[in-house]
Formats: sequence, structure tokens, C-alpha cells
Amino acid sequence: MKLYCLSGHPTLPCNVLKFKSTTIMLDCGLDMTSTLNFLPLPLVQSPRLSNLPGWSLKDGNAFLDKELKECSGHVFVDSVPEFCLPETELIDLSTVDVILISNYHCMMALPYITEHTGFSGTVYATEPTVQIGRLLMEELVNFIERVPKAQSASLWKNKDIQRLLPSPLKDAVEVSTWRRCYTMQEVNSALSKIQLVGYSQKIELFGAVQVTPLSSGYALGSSNWIIQSHYEKVSYVSGSSLLTTHPQPMDQASLKNSDVLILTGLTQIPTANPDGMVGEFCSNLALTVRNGGNVLVPCYPSGVIYDLLECLYQYIDSAGLSNIPFYFISPVANSSLEFSQIFAEWLCHNKQTKVYLPEPPFPHAELIQTNKLKHYPSLHGDFSSDFRQPCVVFTGHPSLRFGDVVHFMELWGKSSLNTVIFTEPDFSYLEALAPYQPLAMKCIYCPIDTRLNFIQVSKLLKEVQPLHVVCPEQYTQPPPAQSHRMDLMIDCQPPAMSYRRAEVLALPFKRRYEKIEIMPELADALVPMEIKPGISLATVSAVLHTKDNKHVLQPPPRPAQPTGGKKRKRASEDIPDCKVLKPLLSGSIPVEQFVQTLEKHGFSDIKVEDTAKGHIVLLQEAETLIQIEEDSTHIICDNDEMLRVRLRDLVLKFLQKF
Amino acid sequence: MRVAGARTRTHTPNWPTRCPGISSLTMDPECSQLLPALCAVLADPRQPMADDTCLEKLLDWFKTITEAGSSLLLLQGNPCLVELLCHMLKPQDLSSRVLAFSLRLTGVLAAQEDCFQYLQQGELLPKLFGEAGPLGGAAWTSPTVRSGWIQGLRSLAQHPSALHFLADCGAVDTIFSLQEDSSLFVASAAGQLLVHILGLSMPGPAGGPPSLQAGDWPACAQKIVGHIEESLRATATPQITQALNVLTTTFGHCHDPWTQVLWVRLSPLVAGLLEKDPVPAAHSLVDLLLSVARSPGLSSSSCGLWETLAQTLSHLSPTQAGPLALGILKLQDCPQALRAQAFAVLLQPLACVLKATAQDPGPSGVLDGIVGDSMTADMLLPSKAACVGLLCRTLAHLELLLPLPQRPCPWPQAPLLGAAVTLLQLCGGSARPTSDAGRHLCALLLGCVRVQRAALDFLGTLSEGTGPRELVTQVFAVLLEYLRSPDSSPTVLKKAFQATFRWLLSSPKTPGCWDLDPHALLFLRDLLPVLQKRLCSPCWEVRDSGLEFLTQMTRHWGGQAGFRHALLASEVPKLTEQLLRDPESYVRASAVTAMGQLSSQGLCVPPAGPEHPGGQQKSLLAELLHILSTDSEGFPRRAVMQVFTQWLRDSHADVAGDTEQFVAGVLQVASQDLDWEVRAQGLELALVFLEQTLGQPRSHCPCAVTPAVAAPVGPLAQALQPLCRVRLFEFAFRALFDCDRPVAQKSCDLLLFLRAKTASSGSLQESRSSPHVASVEAALQRWQAGDQAQPLGDLEPEVVLAVLRSLDLEGLQGALAESSDHVEKSPQSLLQDMLATVGVLGGNEADCY
Repeated sequence: MKLYCLSGHPTLPCNVLKFKSTTIMLDCGLDMTSTLNFLPLPLVQSPRLSNLPGWSLKDGNAFLDKELKECSGHVFVDSVPEFCLPETELIDLSTVDVILISNYHCMMALPYITEHTGFSGTVYATEPTVQIGRLLMEELVNFIERVPKAQSASLWKNKDIQRLLPSPLKDAVEVSTWRRCYTMQEVNSALSKIQLVGYSQKIELFGAVQVTPLSSGYALGSSNWIIQSHYEKVSYVSGSSLLTTHPQPMDQASLKNSDVLILTGLTQIPTANPDGMVGEFCSNLALTVRNGGNVLVPCYPSGVIYDLLECLYQYIDSAGLSNIPFYFISPVANSSLEFSQIFAEWLCHNKQTKVYLPEPPFPHAELIQTNKLKHYPSLHGDFSSDFRQPCVVFTGHPSLRFGDVVHFMELWGKSSLNTVIFTEPDFSYLEALAPYQPLAMKCIYCPIDTRLNFIQVSKLLKEVQPLHVVCPEQYTQPPPAQSHRMDLMIDCQPPAMSYRRAEVLALPFKRRYEKIEIMPELADALVPMEIKPGISLATVSAVLHTKDNKHVLQPPPRPAQPTGGKKRKRASEDIPDCKVLKPLLSGSIPVEQFVQTLEKHGFSDIKVEDTAKGHIVLLQEAETLIQIEEDSTHIICDNDEMLRVRLRDLVLKFLQKF
Repeated sequence: MRVAGARTRTHTPNWPTRCPGISSLTMDPECSQLLPALCAVLADPRQPMADDTCLEKLLDWFKTITEAGSSLLLLQGNPCLVELLCHMLKPQDLSSRVLAFSLRLTGVLAAQEDCFQYLQQGELLPKLFGEAGPLGGAAWTSPTVRSGWIQGLRSLAQHPSALHFLADCGAVDTIFSLQEDSSLFVASAAGQLLVHILGLSMPGPAGGPPSLQAGDWPACAQKIVGHIEESLRATATPQITQALNVLTTTFGHCHDPWTQVLWVRLSPLVAGLLEKDPVPAAHSLVDLLLSVARSPGLSSSSCGLWETLAQTLSHLSPTQAGPLALGILKLQDCPQALRAQAFAVLLQPLACVLKATAQDPGPSGVLDGIVGDSMTADMLLPSKAACVGLLCRTLAHLELLLPLPQRPCPWPQAPLLGAAVTLLQLCGGSARPTSDAGRHLCALLLGCVRVQRAALDFLGTLSEGTGPRELVTQVFAVLLEYLRSPDSSPTVLKKAFQATFRWLLSSPKTPGCWDLDPHALLFLRDLLPVLQKRLCSPCWEVRDSGLEFLTQMTRHWGGQAGFRHALLASEVPKLTEQLLRDPESYVRASAVTAMGQLSSQGLCVPPAGPEHPGGQQKSLLAELLHILSTDSEGFPRRAVMQVFTQWLRDSHADVAGDTEQFVAGVLQVASQDLDWEVRAQGLELALVFLEQTLGQPRSHCPCAVTPAVAAPVGPLAQALQPLCRVRLFEFAFRALFDCDRPVAQKSCDLLLFLRAKTASSGSLQESRSSPHVASVEAALQRWQAGDQAQPLGDLEPEVVLAVLRSLDLEGLQGALAESSDHVEKSPQSLLQDMLATVGVLGGNEADCY
């Protein structure tokens, strides 16, 4: 059993598990932090961005000044943003049989895998994961395609040149593999390969293993996966949450008794408590708006935004903000808000019960109805006529490199009355803000990451007790900036095995058993014999038939019927069908008692030697050796058949026959 | 800030006639008549007493009677009582409650020696308390009966005859066994009874010191002491605990010379306990040692107590030794070496924290050396619960010690400050320990709210001392960190605000200037944005504590330029004004108080905002009046009344413009308020106005004003005119018949004060006979009867004075001073109730309450 690790990002995993005869890809997350190295794509021509000076080497060589621009001491690539894909060279991806998706954030690299690697398998995911994943991809494609950029920089990727660049460009990994965004056509094609599954549904893969999605509590439709054969169980835990938010709670019990638990997708900000952060978010939002400023919330179109809107729904009246407009701008805003209301079966219990009242499970329906929350596909069109300040705007992309958020950063960045509040934990807010410097607007960092923290992980591991834990290397030591925080790492026994990008791990357990079915007529013919209380044995002669990874013992074919003729018949009677079977032996020989028995039977001068595998009983007088090992006993004597038989019978006295 | 106090609705007093007394000290004839019937009911097993509290009240009544008079006469006058007691001896199915009651009643009666003899004659006592009584029967299985038996004996054991009785009936052995009773109440009472018997059997202070020879002690005392000695030698911890508890109570309650002899005799056994590992019953041992050390009857130095204490300190675990160390440090006279040892024990956990985080133990060196090489931070680390518990207790102990005059000197202020700051940093996650122990400690304490609260309280208390500038800077930094942190829980935040205020108060002042010092002003600049954010918190408790903090700060520094400048440059006043409309009533109340304070100091910004479009600004006065008349919750309305009263007292600019209109408006609204505290506060405001109008400086007790000193400005009628114009009298008279007693009392006090003031002035015509006076009196009688619909209309000063004189205010004051249930508390009423519940009395004569 092997694990191929194709991604180095602990929350955007992409691993391939080879288990029995199957090759299973676990998630295909897309690392978008690479886009932070690029200049933002403004929706409206930005004089500031277009007038940034080109970057030149220390010696004044300016051959890169078309590709690289400088802003407040940072260097950015002036090109269409590119993404860092999972490793494609480590394993032939066309051999992947299935891809299991755990949540909509972890499927963003899917088109790259399914459309460009020869992949011909099936992708499994829950319905909300697919629908919301589609929205995220659609938004991404839309953000990038609507601002066509003629230039595509590639010169800087040259290894010799990259070395000369300032950080962080210099340190960017595998830049040659960075790819531009996929197209909508590729997205559609990739999504068409997905087969929908429900929680606890058992899916047979070629008869060899069974995979089952379990609720993980992190997002709508998010799952952990159980991959099991008859005797082995591997659990794959991706983004999971034990907090009470909108999704169905996490199913922990089904993770018990795993041989291996692959643990990914823990919180990215283990020091920030989501509750405190939501409070911080509300306070800062109210403070800004009360002072007449605007609030910008860069966010994904689904996920935490539902919880934020719910908090605000409860908070705005108490904070006297009822007449402040909330805008949600995204090409998929409408679908996202509506989808959330129809996936009732995937929601937490409270929200499910609302559906039966019937009421919309999320209160943002009421915010929309009362005109407190308005949503628009983009800032062009209706939005510009409705736009009223001060206001709160939720829009993407959280990287601040593309999407409507770029426009608001340019628009509001100059006033210290305004505030940008970062709630998505995926991007470093300082790096996200770098191309907007100098910036007058206030920046608040309230990352809300509801995924498991280390305390919860430690409780979870105690509860489910896997034999082995496998996790990204980042989880096995405290974060570099807080090296004293021993609590911010996985602490389990035996210590977790860690992996990093482009590594292949041999998982630490061997398969020892396989399940075989016996045909009923064959089973009928068995004659079990009890050798120990509760344990019976029977011999069986059969033909092992293997098809679709299922093994069946069938009765052996009967010998060809004689074709008549008395002579032949007689001949066949002379030769019995089967030889008389020698009895099978079982049990072990207790050396001391054996020696006593030998003495009783007149052998003297007996010496016993211990060997690595067992014992040697030396009958010096008779010049005979009896070698007793776990699975064999040899009597070595010099052509004295009588003696050998005598000794054999003594040995057999200690063994059971059947 | 909230106005505390529950609403206490009471019955309308029967004014002006006074009610009969609470309970008569001797039995009145009505009760004597009811008693036989009651005794019959009690003796009848078919009539179950549903309510125990009646029996308790009945017993209380008997105690009152026997304390005031002769029990013997009581028994002789009411033979039914003896019959009841005799009835208990018959084998029958009596309720355990009644049996317990009878045992206790017997004890109460037999407390007087003559009555004891009387009961002895009938052999009643041995039958009730001896083997023949419930002791041997099935009833004994009920803890109520066992408890009644003990309490009966406890009451009875008051005289030498009782001691003989106890010895004769073998009660002491039973008491010994009851110390191990399964009911904790019974076991504890048994211990107490032993202490009492021991004290009774030993000679009093006049008897001189008894000898150490066991043979010279009274037999009963010998028996008890022998039992204690045996228990102290036992191996079972519960037995040792019982013995220690009995001794603790003995030394705590009795300081006669014999106690010293007792201690000398028992101290070797007590010291012997320390040789066991672990020390058994450590908590009880600590209690005993402290009880002995505090006992004035013992000369500590002569009986080796200090040595035992020192030995105990070194034997107990840090958790067990903490309370002992604190107790030692609280002792008035105690050897310096022992005090130093105790202080070191107390400081140990904090020294460990400092050591684990590799900090300098401080220049004073007091914490230096406490943690020896063998002692490491390991003592803190076994488990989170143990570590947190020990640290919280240590901080609480030190906090208790700090304000005491006998606190250790020199006080290690700087290391303690350092330890408190470090603990807070460890809990908040900002500490950067380098050692393994430090990292482990950090993991244990991270986010621990209990330690955070205890450390913040302690830090606040430490503000009373000074500290090196560098440390004080750290204190402010850690406080700011807590105030800023989104993870601070509301209670932690409240304590952080409190500690911050205390540290700001203690920051060094520039001579001759009450403003904050430059460092504190710098801190304030960082603090105000945090406060701003907290005032917008989604959690109402946080907004509330923020407002309370603002009110405190404004009260202290509102007049100082530096503070004013910083505050006005922030958004805080504006946000506070917005919180007047907060959905949470507590927050509205705190916002009212804060705004009142800000406004008094001229720190208010004119309200503006979405609620007041078009520049139509509402004054704060109008806003508060709006709250007073419309807010659905009591807290904001009470707060408004307090602010108004303060404004009137301080002649606030908004009030001084037209005080009469202000007072009239407020009183009118307040008189209709459903909350009695608002009405009571209205009377307070009326009193302030009255004093200002009559030119009398405020005194704390209005009734204490000597009329001779009173000198109204100008003629009295003229002086009373403004009071009539604001309808103060109508308000006060209405309050006089208020259904809530505190309001009526306050109004009564106010009118008495006014009458005293006016009595000295004879300038006014007596107009008692005028028809107007009669109509007012008639209206008041209707009011008293509950019909308060009719207003009094405009009153003339003369009429007011006449009505004031005709009212029996003193009588009313007396009636109001009675507790509200004085009618129902009478013994007669109790007896009637008890009889009524079992249907002996016909009709419904019982009080229903």
C-alpha cells in the first residue's frame, strides 16, 4: 500500500492511494497562492497599476521590465495569473481509477487532471460539493476571462533568471509547471465525469475495495472517506469541523478501527478561535459603518459567507445598522444563495427542521426579502445604479488578484474611513495587500477557519484510535513563527508519519488476509474437526476461481466419466480417484515433555540445544538429531529406519491429526 | 451600571393604627386554648403533618417562650405537652418528623434544671433518650429521628444534672457511633455535641487549670478525650478526620485554660500524623492547627505549636499547604522564621512559573531561592486541573494577604507583578518560553479562563503598590493585549477593564495636577480605539463592561485636559450615545449612566445620526426623558432617574435653565412608573429639590436635621410655592400609600423632614379647618383605600402644611418599619394554620399566604 503525495499544501491536498489493485486519488486541490505573485487584474483600467515602474536588475539591466513591475518594494509578474498544479510526474495519472472529492474547495484542480492526463476513471462527490464546486470554478473562470490580458510572461520562469529575482519570486516552487486557468468547456467536461454519492453510501470499486463518504461537518456536502477491503480500513479525513455551523455534523464514529488514518485539512489559523473572530468581524464592521466608512469583505461565494450573513442578520438590528446596505457581488451570487437553501438534507439538524415549518433554512432569505442584502453578478449594470454608501460589500476573490474586489480596493483604498476585513484564511493578507500599497484604508484580519484545530484532533484521535496516522509534514511540528507552541502539532502514539510534496510513502501495514467465498455444495461437504474449543478445521480440495477481485472456491471438476467398456471401468477401480490422504498434523511439541517421553522410552544421554528457529534434540548415543521448528520437524538418523519410525511415532503423539 | 434590588411587593399597611406585636414572649390564652388540639393532632399518626417548616416554627416559638420564662410553668400550665411527650413512648406508627420534633422539644424544655428534674421524675427523659426510646426501635433508621435525638440532647445539656444523665444513659457511646453516621448532617451534629459536652464537663475559667493527670479529669471528659486519642491513632482517615474536626471546633469555641492542657496532651498524636505518607486528613489537620494557633487560650510558644506548624508546612503538598501558609501569615504574633517559611510556601507556585519561563526572580530576591534545585516546575505540571487549581488558589491567597497590615514585609511586589504578567501571557499565548517546562506550562494554561480571571484580579490588587517602570509598562501591555484579544471571554474582559482602571488610578501623578501622567496618556491613546471596538461588540456583556469602564474613567478624569482631549478625539462619546438605543436593557442602562457622566463633564457630542435626520437634534435631556417614559425595561429607567438626580444636585446646565419644569416633568413620569425603584428614586430627586428650594444643605439623614437650625429663605409660603408648582406633594402623598413598602417609607421620611422644617416657622396661618383641607384629606383616605385615580389638583402651601400636620406620619413610619409578614408571623396564626391543614378548625379562618 503506497501513498503518492502530489500536493504540498496541507489544506488543498492531492494524494494518490494504491490499495489492493486500485489507484485512488484523494482530492485534487489547487494551490492558488501562486497568484499572489501576479499583479491584480482590474475590471476598469487602473492608471495606478498600469503606470507601475518596470523592474530592473541591480546592474540596471531592464530586460524584464515588461514582465515584472514594482510596487512599494515588491515585484509582481504582469501577466495572467497562474496556478500551481499538483505534481503530474510522480505517477502516471492515466492509471488513476477513481478520484474521491471531499469538499468543494478541494476539487479546483479537477479539470487539469481529468482533461490533460489521460484520466479515464470516475470522480465521486456529493451533490452540494459538485454544485458549489461548479460555482467556484465558474466564478474563477469568469473573473479571469472577463479581463483578457494580452501578455503572458514566461521569461522570468527561466531557472537562471528566477535565481536573480527578489523574494518571494525567487523562492517560488516549480514555476515551470504553473498553468493558466482552465476554460468553462474544460470545467463542464471535468464535471461530467463526476458520479454523485450520498453520505454512508457504499461504492464498490472493482470488487476490490469499498469507498464510503461520511459527513465531515465543514461545508455543505463535505465528506471524509472510508476506503476498506474485507480486512483493511483506511480513513481519509479532509477538511472537517466539530463546530456547530450550517452543515451536517461530523460523523466520527465511522472512523473507528482504521488501520491508517490520513489526516489533512486542519485549520490554517490554529491560534484564531472562530467565535472570537466572528465577534471581531462584527465589531469592526459596525465601527467602520458608524463612522461613515465602507466595509469590504473579500470572500468566496459560498461557505463561511453563509455563517457571516447569519451572524449579521442577528447583529445588525442590535447594532443599529438596519439601514446599511449589504451587497454580495459575484457572477454566481444568486445561485450560491439559492443553492444553499435547497440542500436541506445536507444541513445541520436545526436548519433541517426549519424546512418542515416551512421556512428557508438560512436567514439570508429574509435579508434579501427586506432589501437589506442585495446581490449582483458584477459591479456593472444594476449595481452601479443601486450603490449607496456607507455599505458593506462581500465579493471575490480573496486573493485580491482578480474579481470585483480589485475594483473596490482601488476605489476605497485611499480613505482611512474604509475597512477591508479578511475572513478567508487561504491567503496571507499582507501578501494579498502588497500590490495596493500604500494603502490608507484600515485592514482587519479575522480569519474564520472552522476546520479542526489541534486540540480537537487530539480528542478525535483518542476517540477513533487509528493504528497509524499519516499527515502533511506541517502538522508534525509547531508553526515556524511559534516554535514554542508544542500544542500546535499532532501528538499521537505511534508518532504520525509525515509526507511532503512529491514524496511516496509506503504505508506501514501489510495485508495478511483475503476473503474467499466457498460454494454451498463445497461447504456442505466439509467435515470440521474441533482442535481447540471454538476452533475447528477441515480440509478442502477445490478450485480457486478469481474474477473481478472476488475469490470463490468451487468444487473440483469431476474426473471425466468413463466412456463405457468394462475393462476401462475395472481399470479405473484399480486406481482410486484420490490417493488416501495422509492426515494433517497440527499443534506444537513441548520440548521438555518430549525429552521426558524419550527418556521413558529408553533413550538416554539426551541434549537439547536452542536454535534461532526452535530446538535441536540430540540423542548422542544413537547419533541422531531431532530438529524441531515452528512448522517442521526433522529426524536425522543414519539409515536406521526402525529408529526413525519409533521416533516419528513419539513425535506424532504430541500432534493432533485430522 | 445596574440598579440592583428585587421588587418587593408587600401588603398595604394598616395605617394609621398599629398592628399587634410579632410574637408574645409568654403564651397568650388564645394559644393555650389551641395547644391541646394541636398536641392531639401531632400525637395522632393518622394526621400526617405535611409541612416540616410548621414544626420548625413551632419549635422556634417554644424556644422563645422558654428563653423568656420558666419551662416548668409552661409544662404545668399546659399538661397537653407532657401528654404529647408521653405519647411518644407508646409503640405506634408515628411519623419520624413528629418524633424528632418531640425529642427536640423535650431538649428545649429540659434545658432548665427544674424542668429537667420534673421530666426526670416521670422517667420521661431516659425513656425518650435511652435504650428504651427510639434508639432501639425502627424509627432510628430515619436520619431525621437521629438528628432530632442529637439536637434534643444538645439543647438539654446545659447543667450538671444533664451530664449525669448523659453518663447514666450511655448517650456518649451512641454519640461516638453517630460520628460515623451515613447522614452528613447527623455525623456533623454528633461531633458538635461531643464538643459541647466536653466543654460542659470541664471546669470554667474560674476553675483554674486542670491537671495533666487523666485521673483528675471528670469521667465524661476523660471518655471523650480517650475516644479522640484513639481516633487519632487509627489508620482509617475518616476516623482521624472526625477527631480533628471535634478538636478544631473545641479550640475554636472554647478558650478556657483546660484547652491548653488538652492541646499539650494531644499534640504529640497530632504531630504523629505528619509522619504518615501521605498525611491523612490534611485539610482537617490544617484547620485544627490554625484553630489552635488562633485560640487566645493557648500560649503558642509554650506548647510547641510553632514547631508543629513548621513541620506541617514542610510535610504537606503545595496544594494542601497553601491554606495553612495563608492562615499562618494572617496570625498576629508568630515567629518571623515561620512567617518566612509560610510565605515561601505560598509563593512557591509563582516562583515555579517564573523559573519555568526562565525569568529573573526579581531584584528583591524574595522569590529567589524558593525554588531549590530539587524543586522544579514539575510540581505544577502533573495535570491541567491540578495546575490551574493550585495557581488560582495561590493568587487568591496572595490577594487576600495583600491588604492586611500583617502582610509579609518586604512585599515582593516586582516579582509578583512579573509572575502575574507572565501568567497572563502564558494564558493569552503571547509568552515565548524557551524551556521544555515553560512550553508545557504554556500548553496547559493556554486559553484558561479561570487562571486569567484570577491573575487579572490579582494584578488589579497589585496596583496598590508600585513597581519598576519597565514592569508597569509590561502590565499595561498585557492588559491592552487582553482588551484587544478577540478570544478574551466577556468575564475576562470585564476583569481586564477593572484591572486597567485600577492601574490607571495608581499611575504616578504630576504634583498639583490630577491628570493622567504622560505614560498613562500614551496608553489611553491605544486604549480608546479598543474601547471603541468593544462598544460595538456583538456580545452585550462586553458592551456593558465597556460602558462601565468609560463611566469610571470619566468620573475620575473627566475634568482633566489630557483625558478630555483624547476622549473627544475618539468616537467613544458618539458610540455611547448610540448605545442608548441598544436592544439589551442592561446596556441601555449603562449607556444612560455613561452619557449622564459624560454630559456632566461637558464631554457629550450632540447626538446626530440616522435617527435624527435633517439636523433635528434632540437634546440628551429629551432623549433621557424619552427613555424614562417609554423604555419597557426597568434598568434603563432607574438609571435615568439616578442621572437626573445627580444632574439636579450638580445644577447641570440642561437642568439649571428651568429647574421647576424639569422636576415637574420627571416627577410626573416617575409617579406613573410600575417599577418601585424608579418611584423611590423619584422621591430622592424630590428631596434634592426640596433641600435646594428650602436652602438646606444636604444631610445624609433627613430626619436628623435639627429644626432649630433650619432657616428658610424668605417667608415659608413663598418657599413652598415652587414645591407646589412642580406637584411634589401630590407625588409624595401618592407615594405614601404606595403598595411597595420602601417607597412609602421614603415618602414618609421626606414628609417628616418637611414637617420638621416647617414646624420651626410659625409664620404660616393655620388653615386646618378650611374646606380645601377637608377635601384633600378625603382624597387621601380614598388613596389609602386603593383608589388613586383622582388627582389632588393644585395645592396651596397652607393646605399642604395643614394636611402634613394632620397626618400621623410617625405612626405610619412605625407601621412601615414592621416586617411585611408580621401579621402572619403571630404564634396564634401558626397554630391555626397547622390545625386548619388537618381540618380540625372549621371554616376558613386560616391566613392564606
